[in-house]
Amino acid sequence: MTLLKVENLTLGFDTDEGRIIAIDDISFELESGEVMGLVGESGSGKSVTAKSLMKLNPDNAVYDPSTRITLTLDDGDVDVMSLRTAREMQVVRGGAVSMIFQEPMASFAPAISIGDQMTEQLLLHSSMSKREATELSIEMLNHVGISDAPSRFNQYAFELSGGMRQRAMIAMALSTKPKLLIADEPTTALDVTIQAQVIDLMKDLVAEYGMGIIFITHDLGVIAQTADRVAVMYLGKIVETGTVRQIIRSPKHPYTKGLLNALPDLNDLGAPLTPVAGDIPSPLERPPGCVFNTRCPEVIEGRCDAALPEVTDLGAGHHVSCFAVPQPVETSV
Amino acid sequence: MTDTPLISASNLSVHFPIAGGLFGPKKFVRAVDDVSIDIAPGTFFGLVGESGSGKTTLGRALLKAVPITGGHVKYSDNGVNYNLGELSAADLKEYRKRAQLIFQDPYAALSPRMTVRDIIAEPLEVMKLTSSREETDNRVREIAAKCRLNLEHLRRFPHAFSGGQRQRISIARALVSNPRFLVADECVAALDVSIQADILNLLNSLQTELGLTFLFISHDLSVVAHTCDHVAVMYLGQIVEIAPTKKLFSKTLHPYTKALLSAIPDLDPDAEKTATKLEGEIPSPINPPSGCKFHTRCPFAQDRCTAEVPEWREFDDEHFVACHFADELNL
Amino acid sequence: MTDITDTPVTSEAEAERHRKEAYFTASQGQLIWARFRKQRAAMIGASVLMVMILLGLFAPFLSPYDPTIAGRDKEYEYGAPQIPRFWDENGFSARPFIYGVERTRSIKTNFRWVTTVKKDQRRYVYLFVDGWKYSLIDIALGFPGRAFSIEFKLLTFSTHLFGVDKGSIHLFGTDVSGKDIFSRTLHSIYTSLAVGTIGVLIAFVLALVIGGVSGYYGGWIDGLLQMITDAVRTIPAIPLFMALAAFVPDTWSAELRFLFISTILGLIGWPTLARRVRTHLLTERSQEYVLAAQLCGAAPGHIIRRHLLPSFTSYIIVDLVISFPYMVLSETALSFIGLGLKDPVNSLGVMLQNVSKADVLLNYQWHFIPVLFFIALVMAFVFIGDGLRDAADPYASTKK
Repeated sequence: MTLLKVENLTLGFDTDEGRIIAIDDISFELESGEVMGLVGESGSGKSVTAKSLMKLNPDNAVYDPSTRITLTLDDGDVDVMSLRTAREMQVVRGGAVSMIFQEPMASFAPAISIGDQMTEQLLLHSSMSKREATELSIEMLNHVGISDAPSRFNQYAFELSGGMRQRAMIAMALSTKPKLLIADEPTTALDVTIQAQVIDLMKDLVAEYGMGIIFITHDLGVIAQTADRVAVMYLGKIVETGTVRQIIRSPKHPYTKGLLNALPDLNDLGAPLTPVAGDIPSPLERPPGCVFNTRCPEVIEGRCDAALPEVTDLGAGHHVSCFAVPQPVETSV
Repeated sequence: MTDTPLISASNLSVHFPIAGGLFGPKKFVRAVDDVSIDIAPGTFFGLVGESGSGKTTLGRALLKAVPITGGHVKYSDNGVNYNLGELSAADLKEYRKRAQLIFQDPYAALSPRMTVRDIIAEPLEVMKLTSSREETDNRVREIAAKCRLNLEHLRRFPHAFSGGQRQRISIARALVSNPRFLVADECVAALDVSIQADILNLLNSLQTELGLTFLFISHDLSVVAHTCDHVAVMYLGQIVEIAPTKKLFSKTLHPYTKALLSAIPDLDPDAEKTATKLEGEIPSPINPPSGCKFHTRCPFAQDRCTAEVPEWREFDDEHFVACHFADELNL
Repeated sequence: MTDITDTPVTSEAEAERHRKEAYFTASQGQLIWARFRKQRAAMIGASVLMVMILLGLFAPFLSPYDPTIAGRDKEYEYGAPQIPRFWDENGFSARPFIYGVERTRSIKTNFRWVTTVKKDQRRYVYLFVDGWKYSLIDIALGFPGRAFSIEFKLLTFSTHLFGVDKGSIHLFGTDVSGKDIFSRTLHSIYTSLAVGTIGVLIAFVLALVIGGVSGYYGGWIDGLLQMITDAVRTIPAIPLFMALAAFVPDTWSAELRFLFISTILGLIGWPTLARRVRTHLLTERSQEYVLAAQLCGAAPGHIIRRHLLPSFTSYIIVDLVISFPYMVLSETALSFIGLGLKDPVNSLGVMLQNVSKADVLLNYQWHFIPVLFFIALVMAFVFIGDGLRDAADPYASTKK
């Protein structure tokens, strides 16, 4: 069943330099038990999108009135945009929706023990007693593979290594049994061997808890191993969505193709690396029309810089926004 | 090939003392421990390792930016020879002209209050390589053009540029003094994938054009594999394997290298998992394990590994390894 | 960067591009100023401060009477403020005027002055009148124990902005001996600003040197200098000034005393600034761009000058501006309790020396008008300091 529905999310920031548009009219859906990868580079707006789901953006964020974010929970739908007070947001934040961040050191309070932070969250969102919360937290720590969980429970964030902190954060995020987990670059700061462990852990947990995950990263390899569906973002717009195999094996958008070509291929060490031409435009200088037209190798002059491309349905869940992609012929697939 | 290596380190150690208590034995962080490495001129030499491996310290030791606690490092290029352990102040200044560093973080490596032109010109002015402002300007423009920087942007300050552009400014600054040896310390790690490829191509073309030697430090084995012709793998302060790139992949000798390779997430979602996934955490460099430092996580560890430090030996042509069981393991 | 070739380049797009280019090529000072300008409170503070400085600098010109005992009005002691008016029952006058007064006192009034305002005696206010002499450069320093003293006057004028044809005009009233409070207020603004400036300058120079050496070299030098800094910081101000007041001989001229007080304030004010300089340096020293400069073989002097000093100039200016009002208030407090400046040098503290009597508090409240000026002055500094502090790190928002 559809767990999350985002429609026409548009967000801008009011800064000294003017109104910067961070996300421009994106829409996507997430099913329960599905891992959706949100791929993009810096400036693509993926982190801002994630934070929007929990309304965690700073005060100078301005949402367009046509934005709708709907969460389908056990007791009905929740319209996230209409939640105003912190009390109402509590339902969403930490309760039904949990988030894990890139830099675990920055997300744990340095002067409070890990255990205290985990139980605090549980006590806020459920009616457990302190003892029950402690027991559950230690069990979660064990579950994520932290050895010697009872003594780790009382330790502080700086006493754990990077990989363990990330696991503790996953434990903390999962202890409230959220329906939706947002993972914002959870493995980027980790060593590659630790990253492999954490990815395995997350896949096991998805299988066990059946929650939906939005996995944000710029690393296509990690996406290939963890995601079921992928959305590719550039400068605040989703340019292509599809299953992970569709995106990796038959990408249609020039940006997606460019990203994949720029990656070093371990099976063909001699092949040259082809970067995506040009530089990402400054957010103050959004190109008109299709945002990618200034760097696109398949740009159609006069068309791509004049209008926004519509979403083309390529069948089987594969969507792309590009003038250069031909409309699929009406044949039976 | 038997030309003299440009940089030759033998039994190099860099130990940092830890400010600790007044009592008890002094503790050290053994960042680099008994490392021997030869870098031939004109090569793009990769150095791979995870956190705590000591790769950054090794790179800086080869530039004499950190004090050398033990062993030797020799620089030799066309008759100019330096022993980095015993450099006089004047020789150090000369060496600095020939060996430079490109930093990882493009946002921290450029002084935010200087224009791009001044940033690139600074080494020329400090090292007194040019005699007039005009000469400096010409040289700055020349290097900036080589690094594909827009010459109109030389008047701007760093806050006007993106990460990739800043990294190009960093590279231009490193090249302006005409060095022979460049240490690129994770210089693409902070960049997006598409820009990463751009910078790597730039480094490659600069190397061919200017005849440079690179030591490319990275934690990303796939990036190293594509750009470097030789690779050294470090773990906890020691080099465990050195080989030409293709050989490292086709005939991996050390279990750690194999684990690193298999830990890289495959771009193919259906790829078979033949991996030896490593368990456990990286030990602390203050109290490293005895014998072979990798034995705590090695799937093939035996008693001998705990007791005896493996010998660093040449297994094959240009292929070095430190493992007791390199001959037997068929990784 | 690709240009938009299809759409015609309007002047609006040009202006936009100029603005962006200006942003890209803006130096740190320009960026800070741009951010500072947007804060209304800070800009108001800055205007108020400018006005105050001008008032202080031009105090002799603006004051109708000599603020020292030499200019006192014997006929109008403890006199109420006289505000010029344009209109009364006798008619309108384009030229503002005040009334003549007659004062009597006798045993019947408890020896308190009774003032009768003579409405038919109009005293007209004129601009640019001739009055008491003042010199723009007037130095009279007698160094103790030495044979010589410096005394010279330059640029002596006698024109004042306004005055009356007959009698005298006291906009803020007079004090116990008839000294014009308006004139004294303007001169005291100048004195307080001067004391603050000298004190802050001395503190700043010392802080830069000591904090700078401490922060740059670290190690045992840092430890030693920090111990000295902490020791100086714990010196209590009031006992120190009591001791100094006892030590300073009466033969010192007012100006010398003034210099002395300012210097001492500076000498005990440097530790706070020094600690901040040291902290800034310790952070900046480990930045990668400093390492890059060191790897070129740059000498410490070059690094300090080119990289470290500019990096914390903005913070230090904020610290300076914020510590200014503390200097002014310290001097005011000390002079008020008699340990600082004395007549004939004017400062707010000196002016407040006599106001603690019940008589003044109950009957002659105009003695407190100068306090309003000082509140304005201190608040101006506070707002400017806050504004600068908010504007001071223009690079914070561009970090990823």
